Formats: sequence, C-alpha cells, structure tokens
Amino acid sequence: MTQITSEADTKTFEPLAARGAPTRQIGPLNWLRKNLFSGWLNSLTSLVLIGVLLWVLPVMINWLFLDAVFRGNGEVCRQSAGACWPFIYEKIPVLMVGVYPQELIWRPAVAGVALLALVYLTFSDRIRGFVLISAWLALPLFALVMIGGAFGMTEVNQSLWGGLMLSILLALVGVIVSIPLGVMLALGRFYGSPLVKALCIGFIELIRGVPLITILFMVSVMMPLFLPPEMIINNLMRIQIGMIFFSAAYMAEVIRGGLQAIPKGQTEASLALGVSPNRTILFVIVPQALRHVLPPLIGRCIALFKDTSLVIIVGLLDFLGMIKGAALDPDWLGFQTEAYFFAAFVYWLICYSLSRYGRALENRGPNGAKR
Amino acid sequence: MSSIPKIKSKSLSGQVLWAVFAQGAVLVVVLSAAYFLFQNTQANLDAKGIKSGFAFLGHEAGLPIGDSLIEYNPTKSYGYAFLVGILNTLMVSVLAIILSTILGILVGVARVSNNWLLARLAAIYVETLRNIPLLLTLIFTYIIIIGSLPHPRDAISLFDGYFLSNRGIYIPKPIAEDGFGIFIIAAIVASVLAISFGVWAKQYKRRTGRLVPGIWGGLAIFAVLTGLAFLATGNPIGSETPEFRGFNFSGGLGLKPEFVALLTGLVLYTAAYIGENVRSGIESVHAGQIEAANALGVPSGVVTRLVMLPQALRVTIPATTNDYASLVKNSSLAVAIGFPDMVSIGGTIIGQNGQAIEVIAMWMAVYLTINMLISFGMNLLNSRVQIVER
Repeated sequence: MTQITSEADTKTFEPLAARGAPTRQIGPLNWLRKNLFSGWLNSLTSLVLIGVLLWVLPVMINWLFLDAVFRGNGEVCRQSAGACWPFIYEKIPVLMVGVYPQELIWRPAVAGVALLALVYLTFSDRIRGFVLISAWLALPLFALVMIGGAFGMTEVNQSLWGGLMLSILLALVGVIVSIPLGVMLALGRFYGSPLVKALCIGFIELIRGVPLITILFMVSVMMPLFLPPEMIINNLMRIQIGMIFFSAAYMAEVIRGGLQAIPKGQTEASLALGVSPNRTILFVIVPQALRHVLPPLIGRCIALFKDTSLVIIVGLLDFLGMIKGAALDPDWLGFQTEAYFFAAFVYWLICYSLSRYGRALENRGPNGAKR
Repeated sequence: MSSIPKIKSKSLSGQVLWAVFAQGAVLVVVLSAAYFLFQNTQANLDAKGIKSGFAFLGHEAGLPIGDSLIEYNPTKSYGYAFLVGILNTLMVSVLAIILSTILGILVGVARVSNNWLLARLAAIYVETLRNIPLLLTLIFTYIIIIGSLPHPRDAISLFDGYFLSNRGIYIPKPIAEDGFGIFIIAAIVASVLAISFGVWAKQYKRRTGRLVPGIWGGLAIFAVLTGLAFLATGNPIGSETPEFRGFNFSGGLGLKPEFVALLTGLVLYTAAYIGENVRSGIESVHAGQIEAANALGVPSGVVTRLVMLPQALRVTIPATTNDYASLVKNSSLAVAIGFPDMVSIGGTIIGQNGQAIEVIAMWMAVYLTINMLISFGMNLLNSRVQIVER
C-alpha cells in the first residue's frame, strides 16, 4: 500500500471540454467533400476521373448526337464526322426480321406485339400463377404459327427467318423447353436411382464442360450423321435442339441448388400426411425450389439470349448476323461502328431490363427483404 | 442425397422388384438408343465415304496457321496442327485468366470505393459488359484495333522498338546470349533462397511471435542475387528489335491483332464477372468485423490482409472458379475473329476431311481436361480458405 506523501502526486480529474454538436453535413458542397474529396487519394482519383470524363464524354456526345446525321443517305453521312443514323433506320426491317418476305412482315410484327404485351403484363405483375405460365407457354406456339404460317396462311421457309426475331425465338423456345427438361435432369440427379443419376450427371457435366460452339458444331455437323437419312431435321431446328440441351444442363444445376435449399421437414411433413413420394416431389418440393431459384433462372435466360449470338458461326443469320451483313452493304460502307453500336445497345437494353426484373423478383421472393 | 425414405423390407418386396425392373428398363432404352445412333452413323459414314478412326491425325495437314507457339508449316500432320490449336487456346486462356483477375480485383474494389464517381463508373462498366454478348465485344475490340490503329508504315512507336499498328503489336524479342544458362541457374538458386527465407520467416513468427518481413525480404533477396548474376555474366539478354520492311514488320516479337482482340475482349468481359465476385466477397464481410479490428487498434493494412481478405475470399473463390472455366470455354469464340485456337483449327479439319465425330471428341476431351484441372486447382485453393468444420 502506497502512502500519498506530497501534494504533487494527487491529480484532480478535469474533463475535457465537450465537443460541439456536429454541424449538419448536407448540401451539395458537403456531399462533394464527403463522396469525392475525402482525403488526398480520393481527391486525386476524382480529379483524374473527372479529367477523363471531360475528355471522353464530349467526343461521345458529338459523335452520337451533335455531329450525327439523322436524315440523308450514305453520301451525306460521309461528309460528316458524326454517326450515321439513317443507315440504321433503313436497315431496321432487315435487322428485325432478316430476309423474311416484305409483304408478310405484319405476321412477325403481330407476334412481336404479343410478346411486348406479355412482357409488360409480367413485369408490371398484372398476371400471376397459372395464367402467367400458360401465357408464356402459348406465346412461342403463337409466334411460330404467325412466323412460319399455318392454318391457311402462306408458309414461310425457315431458311428465311432471321434478325432479332430469330434471336428472340431461339432464346424463348430454348428457355421454355429447357426449364422442364432442367427440372427433370435435376430431379434425376437428386432423387434418381443410381443408373438414372449417373446418366443425368453424365449429361449435365459433359454439356457444361464444353463450349456452346462445340455443341452447335455437333448438332449442325454430327446430328445428320447420327440419324437415319430419311429423318431430315433442318438446320434451324437442329440448332434449336442444341441450344435447348445446352441450356437444360445449366438450368438443371440451378434447379438442383433450389432442391437442396428446401428443408427436409417439408418432405417429411408431406409424407406424414400420406401424400405419395412422387406427388410430394411434384407438388411440394419442385414449386418451392423453383421459387427459390427464380433470380438465377432469369440470369440463365439472359445468358441464353446472349448465347444466341453464336449461331452466326454455324450459318444462321440472327440479329448479330444481320448487323454484320448490314455493315458490309456497299451503299453504306464504313458505318460498321454505328451498326455494332446499335447491336450493343439493343442487346444491352434487353439483357439489362431482364436483369432488373430478376432483381425485383429477388426482393419479393422467399429470400427477399420484403415479406 | 435422396431424402425420400424408402420403405425397407427384408424380402424382395414389390417395391424393390419394381425398382430393379425400372432400372433395367432405363438401361435397355439407353442401350438401344445408343445402338440405333451407332448403326445410323455407320451407315451414313459409309454412304458419304467418310473414313472413321484417328488415323487422319498422322496425315499431312496442308492448312496454314497464322499464329503458332511452336514451329509449324503446312506439311506437318493434322495431329500437330491440332496441338498448335491446343497450345494457342491454353496460351490465350492463361494470359486472360491472369489479366482478368487483376482487372477484376480492381473493378470489384472500385465498386465498393468511398469515391462516388469511381464506384459509379465501375458499376457502369460491369453492367455494360455483362449485358452485351461476348461475341459482340470481341468483334467490337477487333474492328477498333483493325480500324483505329495505323498501317504498319505509320506505326505508333511508344518506346524505342515498341510498335502499335493494325497488323498487331510488335515488341523487341529477348534473345539469349552467352552466359544465359549460368544466369538462369543463378536466378533459380536465388528464387529457392528467397522462398526458403519466406518459409523460415513464417516459422519464426509461429515460434516466437516476432514479425519478420518474409515476402519483402524474399523479394529483396531475389532482386539482389539475380541483379548481381545479371551483372556478373555481363548482360546475357540481348534483344532483336522489330523493323519495318516492305509491307510489315519483321523480327521482334509480334502479337497479331486477332490475338490482341481476343485477349482484350475476354479480359474485359471476364473482369466484369470477377469484379462482381470480388464485390460480393467484400460486402459479405460483416462491417462489425472491420470495426472491431479498427477499434482494437489493428493497423489498416493488417485488417485488410488478416480480417477482411480471408473472409471475402471464401465467397469470391468458388464463384471465380466458374468464371475461369467459362473463360476457357469462351476462348473458343476465337473462331469468329480468325484466331487459330483449337476450335477454329478443328473446324477447318472437319471442313477438309469430314471427320466431325473424331474432332468433336478431341475438343470435348481437351476442354473437359482443362476444366477438371481448373476446378482441381481452385478446389485446392478453396480448401485452404474455407472454414474448417468438424
């Protein structure tokens, strides 16, 4: 025990002066200071980025709008330093439907309007459940009838289908057929007997292990060798089958993730209530699993739509193929940048809206923040 | 896996019999389908006069290849041409994996940056690249490289001996001169010493708790020793500068525009995906972890290295494994811009002799092997960062 011997050893506690209340940090200047200029490194980064933007943005805006030509022909465009938009206007029909007969163009247009209407109804959440699913199942059939011609309408050969119509059709049919196929593969891999399981795993892993191009080569070159000569499947159909197989393998893996996420209690409860195992899987497990994996399924749809661009390598003229063709038109030579820019914009618009929709579903789904 | 409990019974009950029967039926269906396809293929190949078997691999290829890592001319065999393709695929994949990882980390870190502008721009980059087909990105980079770079005659010279033109990028080629062998041996010795220093530093830290800068020390040892060896052997690395002759450059190391476009497109595309993995990894680390470490007075570098990184990697690595595998598969899009990768060379072989089945089987075998190697390597890495559970 120490004794306090002198006055000097004792100290009285003196609190520091209280700090003032923090000043309100709002207003544009404070926002700038907080988000762009906090610390020297941040400030330097901001300055460099602002410099780059000041350099790039005017160039872009000039090319896209200010110097661009909006009316005229190739000659007028060549005089100007900006983009040539008349080129795109003129090519729009070809880009949308390819070499589809001009006088029948209203038919794919009707199918397109139906698609847009259904997309609007789905995105705005006007239709749900059974109506939603049956509408989406009916749409590709309707589109195929309209485009291909049946019930007395003039038939249009499949070799004439092209453009954005073909890209969307390949993706749409691909997604709609590959989801049930993917569910079957996933169920086979998850619940199947050893032989079925091995077959499903083999199929899924083989397809996921190789690039889509090799599968497209396989269906366009090898499939005719596999089938008897009298069974002729045209090139478009073969490629569609290839895309479906490819997509199904990826869908199966996504859906398997959903199957794994369903708690065991669901199965047990259903079995305890006397529901048969098959019905349990079909009506209890699968619907819940699909609900769980809706966002990644949308992601697969986006991927499949992007992948349809590969069909030009095996000789179909989809949207990108038509863009490539348009860029080589002798009347409009030298405007390939505009063509590819337009292509990028269209792909981006479609994929980005889909991914926004996927994100919206994520928020309202079983793992979402709401609910 | 199966979570549907099966009814157990001692005798061969109806259910078991049914299961055996079902399996047998599946087997019969699969085998007969395979037999049907095999029969058709045989008949079709005979009818078209296409040979089968891998004997064609030994025949003279007669196809020219623009880019090759190994000595190649059209008199070599098909098998050798295919090997050139495999090597090209591997080269572009390995380079693209390295570069897209670096760019992806930068993008991911930029997306969570405090700097509003940087984060926005990184987000725009990711949303743009992810929502445009890779094929379009590749064609875009290709036409930009071909279209905006000048003819070799007016090539842009960045440094002495480095040229940018629409025939590709030309850089001086390093050439081994006298004493190169000794220099390489010295460099190997130096790296062995550097690595053993790093290992020792780690063990020393385990034993005593005292920090020895193992990585920096190792690097310093390597730099000093190789530098000394470089001087002692009298600058053993010469260079052959590219020169413009006639219509194109000769000499030096040339990277063809197709290769540069493919590499750039793959790197830009994959970096957007890896950036997202990095971002979700960083965001998965609970803010409380970082705050707790800061509150304990841990230096910020150490917080990043020992608190944030190990937890973020747990999320980032599995997702990135898939992106690496996709990258290797995506490199097959080389066929669209004319870079002679395995698929492009294989496609030409199919065009020449029609032996599609063999070539496609070879593609599949190579891609499956590469993918297995990637997932094996990444699983090793992953097992080191995952939490060890009982």
